[in-house]
Order: sequence, then structure tokens, then C-alpha cells
Amino acid sequence: MWHRAKSEGTRLGTMMNNRLVDMTSGVSPRRARFQRVGQRVIVYGSGTAAVLPMLGLIGMIVVLLHEAIPAIRYNGFGFFTSSLWTIGNEYGTPVTSGGALHLPGEHYGAWPLIAGTLESSLIAIVVAMPIAIGAAILLVEKLPKAIGAAVGLCLEILAGIPSAVIGLWGIFSLGPFLAKVVYPALERLPNVPPLSIFHGGFVSNGQGLLTGGLVLAMMIIPLVASTARDLLRQVPTLTKEAAEALGMTETESFMTVQARWIRSGVIGAAVLGLGRALGETIAIALVTGSVLKLTPNIYGSMTTIAAAIVTQLDSAQGDPTGFAVRSLAEAALVLMAITLIVNVLARRLVRRSARATALPVGRESR
Amino acid sequence: MTLEAILSSAAPSPRLQRERISRRRRAIDRVWWIACALSLFFVVVPVLWVLVSITAKALPHWQWSVFTENSTGVGGGLLNAITGTLVIAIGTAILAGCVGIGCGIYLAEFTPKSAIASVFRGAGETLAGIPSIVFGYCGYLALVVGLHWGFSLLPALIVLSLLVVPYIAKSTEIALHQVPLAYREGGEALGMSMPYLLRKVVLRPALPGILTGIILALAISVGETAPLIYTANFSNSVPSGALIHEPVGYLTYAAYTFYDDPIPAAQHLAADASLILAAMVLGLILLSRLIVRLTQRYAPDRHLRLSRSERRLATKAANGGGPPGR
Repeated sequence: MWHRAKSEGTRLGTMMNNRLVDMTSGVSPRRARFQRVGQRVIVYGSGTAAVLPMLGLIGMIVVLLHEAIPAIRYNGFGFFTSSLWTIGNEYGTPVTSGGALHLPGEHYGAWPLIAGTLESSLIAIVVAMPIAIGAAILLVEKLPKAIGAAVGLCLEILAGIPSAVIGLWGIFSLGPFLAKVVYPALERLPNVPPLSIFHGGFVSNGQGLLTGGLVLAMMIIPLVASTARDLLRQVPTLTKEAAEALGMTETESFMTVQARWIRSGVIGAAVLGLGRALGETIAIALVTGSVLKLTPNIYGSMTTIAAAIVTQLDSAQGDPTGFAVRSLAEAALVLMAITLIVNVLARRLVRRSARATALPVGRESR
Repeated sequence: MTLEAILSSAAPSPRLQRERISRRRRAIDRVWWIACALSLFFVVVPVLWVLVSITAKALPHWQWSVFTENSTGVGGGLLNAITGTLVIAIGTAILAGCVGIGCGIYLAEFTPKSAIASVFRGAGETLAGIPSIVFGYCGYLALVVGLHWGFSLLPALIVLSLLVVPYIAKSTEIALHQVPLAYREGGEALGMSMPYLLRKVVLRPALPGILTGIILALAISVGETAPLIYTANFSNSVPSGALIHEPVGYLTYAAYTFYDDPIPAAQHLAADASLILAAMVLGLILLSRLIVRLTQRYAPDRHLRLSRSERRLATKAANGGGPPGR
């Protein structure tokens, strides 16, 4: 109760409303009016500012829905299952069918895009999680503070570098390196179930699903690593010392103490990172080859919904009926839905981790 | 052979067994730390690799004329793109800064009920989770085509602002929450009017946090490509200041499209654009670190407003120097 009262009391608004004395007494009426107007301007002005993002969000959803509804009607459920994405005969006479005006032969199946989005993000999260957590552990437990600061700067740079720049690096440096050194080695792995995904031909410039996934992993790593690092720093020393006193090695201590402490927070960060990976556009458009087809193996060219929107809009503008643009709006809607689900999931995980601590001890010792 | 000896050879002594277990545990520990070191390697090396490869690609053909000439589509410089990026980033910072700071102030100070605040906050978080290409596409549909503004500056600014407002609002809100309750009470006890209290007492200590949020917004708007391609498009001339009906060039577009141009001069421009972008982002990161460093150093006198001599007296007193004599 007291806590609640305190948190309410830190706000100017409640103070203003609960005011017992008229604060404007003792000043001239003109000045008093001026002050009251000033108050009103601040409260209503900031209130308007607070409403704007929400209006923007609603506006975006309305715009997308309005644009996409004819496409949803015409494409039907095949949008999710069909693998053919074609604008049809650009010079044909537009026809009306399924309640929408479109070009003859126009067909939109987004399954390759949806599958590509999910596959690349899955690779990204699988690669990024262990690397980010491992780096955070070493950083917190072993390395001196100066190196920690330097690595922190590295993480910030990695998070800040524009995706177009990372994409160019993926094309010119990472892709060729992977195709020359890493992929041949991966292909030589034994053909048993978990490793058999690495079998199949790869293109010599290294542009494809795995390269895209790795680039995405790079973009998630800063988020997960910095979260894991901050959480690991909060683990109470007392609990760690208790583990050491029981004769545990550092590995065992990590598994029993730190891992439980950081678990839900790191999972939340990973899901947020997943959301970012699902929506990454330019880097993916550059390093995956941007082909609107399902990839036959893990190395193949592919594309994601986000990358397809950016690469296909140019040709979609060539559709005089505007139906191609509508279908892209439907794709954008699907992408938005996927990322929203992922984000809601992440927030729920993070919230739960904030409510219940993993260990019953230690919180008081701070 | 005695019975005892047979038994002891069949089952290892407890001590031996313990030793074997501990050896295994130590081996696991070693593997664990090697794995951790490897993962740190995989975090740091790509960053350095990216920076080195950008520089190595740009430097051999580097010409200072990139800062003075416009791009021509087959070569030239990047003056138009650099100015465009600056105009877009600063315009976004101003627009999103006003909205975001207002939003943060309202959420931290004035929301009548916490339910409303959580709705606004949820909208912000949702907005922050939406991919930037969706913003760009909506801007294209609604502003460029729908309102017939054409590819131009204003749609780009609106779309980017919507994209970064949640970040500014969040950092403003957090910064305001960290300002102690006593400051507001003290201000009120002195009879300050609410606007004055907000301006002089509450916002001042929150300023570094708000600035960090704005720098983050600047970094995002410098680095984004997807929301700009179909709102600002690209132009080979320096922005004239027209808000609508005039495309604007920017660096990320140059990096994204010029790289596979058949003409080498254009390819070099893509490399130059990457280098300039990386330098800009690096500068912004360092700037935000500088702000944090400065506020940490000057934190006590920011809040207490001690003059230098007063501070010296205070430290003397705190060090047990007794009452400061003249």
C-alpha cells in the first residue's frame, strides 16, 4: 500500500490534482492566468504526444488492412500454402475474378517467403544464443573490467552498424569466405540425421539461407549478450560463494546458480531478438540471393517476407491494376502478425521473470 | 593372492574413484571455459572484421571529393546523400524528439490512471516491435500514394519518427522516474508553479537520459534503409528544403544500390558510403558514452548546485578535516 502511494506520489500530475492550497494566490491575476494556461498547455500537449504513437499504430494497421482486403479475398488460403509468386502477364488486359481486378495469370503464394522468414530466424537464434551467453559468462566471470568495457563497445558497434553496411560485408567478405572455407568443411560432415542438413550444393558466392541466418545471428548477438551480461552481474555473490563452498566447479556452479538466475530474462531477450531477425530487411535482401522460391537445402538462395517487400515493390508498381501492391500489403500484414505474436510472447516471458525470481535466496543480500 | 588384494583390484578404492570423478569434472570445466572463450571470439572478431573490411574496401579509392560533389548515378561524390542523411536524421530527431519527450513526460507524470498508461506503453512497445519495412510500406501506401505527396522528405520524416518515438518516450519515462520524489516535493514546498517545477527541477537531472534516447534515435535514423526506400526514394541533388514532391538522397541507399553497379566509380561510392555511415554511428556511440561519463562525473553538483569552493569545503568536512577554518 505504502509502495503504491509512493509510486503515485512521484508524479507531478497527482500533486497538481491533490493541491490543497491554491498555488496561484499571491501573484497578480494576469500572471495566475498565465500559469494556469501554461499548466494546461503542458498537460494537454504531452497528452496529445502520448496519443500519437497509438494513433500511428492504429493508422498503420488500418492502412494495411484496407489495402490488403481485396488481396486476402482473391488469394484466399492459398496465400499461405502456394509457392508461386508471379505478377502474371504485365501487358494482358486486366480481368476481374474473386472480387478483385488483377492481371491475367497473376498468382501470389507466400509460402516460400514465410518459410524463409522462419528458417533464417531459427538459424539466427540457434547460432546466436550459445555464442552470446558464452561470451557474457566469460566477460563477467573471468575478464578484467577494461576488457569488459572494450567488448561492451564492440557490442554497441555491432548493434549500431547499419544493416546495409552489414549486408555489403556479407556479400563481399563473409559470403565468399564461408563458401570457400566453411561450407566445404560442413558438407564433409557425416550424413547422419542432425548433421545431414548440411548436405547439398552451395553457390560459390555463398549467398543463401545459412549466410543470411549467420548475418542475422550477428545482429541478435548484441541484444542477448548485453542482457545476459547485465543479469549475470546481478547474481548475488553470496549464492555463488555458497556453490563454491559446496565444492562445485565453476561449470557446476553456473548450471545451478547463474543459469537459473538469468534464464527467463535471457529467453525474453532472445525472443525479442527473434522479432528483430524476423523483420530484418536490407541485410537479408543483400546476402540471401533474393529468390522467391523455397530453398532446396540450407545453402540455397531464398528470401524473407521483409526482403521480398523491398525487392518486389519496384516490379509491383508495374502492375496497372495495383493488385501486386495489394498482395505485398497482405505479406506485410502477415509479417506484422508474426512479429506481434513473438513480441507479446517475449513481454510475457520478461514480465514473468521480473515477478518471480529463480532463486529463493540472495535478493535481500543486495 | 589374498582375498583383500583381489577385491581391491576389482573395485577401485574410494579415493581413486573420487580422483577420477574430480578429474572428469575438471575436464568438463576446462571444456566449458574454452567454449566460452570461443564464443567471445565469435562476438568480437566479426565486429573487427566488419570495420576492417569496410575500411579496406573504401580507402584504396578514397577521394575527398565525396564530400563536395553530388552523385551522378555513374560516379561523382556523396554530397547529396550526406546532406540528405543529416537532414533526415536531424528532422526525425526534432519531430520524434518533441513527440517522444512529450509522450514520456505524460506517461511518467500526468497519466490519470495507470490503466491508460499501460495502454499507451503497450502501444509503444508494439510499435517498437514492428519491422521497419512495414513502417516504410505503410508510409508508401498512405503518404506517398494515398496523399499524393510523392517520394519526398515529409513522408520519410513521419515514418522514421513513428519508428523511433517509442525509444525516446521510453528513455524519457525511465529518466523521469529516476528523479527523486523529494525534488518535486521540495519544488512544490517552495511554491513553484508546475511548468516552472517541471522545467527547472524535474527535467534537468533527467536530461542526460533523454539525450541518450535522442542519440539512439539519431543512430537509428542514420542507419535505416528499409523505411526510406519507398518514402524518400533517392535523388542526385542536395535537398532543397521542399517537404513534399521532391525525393531525398541518403547514404544507406547509396550503399544498398550502388554496390553492384557495373561502373567501378559507383561501386567505390557504395564503399565510401559504408565507411561514412560506420564513422557516423561510431561518433554517435562515443557521444552517448561521453554524455554518460560527464553526467557521472558531475552528478553531485548537477543536483546540489554547489559552487567549487563549497564543494571543497564539503569534501574537507566529509574527510574528517574538522570545521573548515579560514
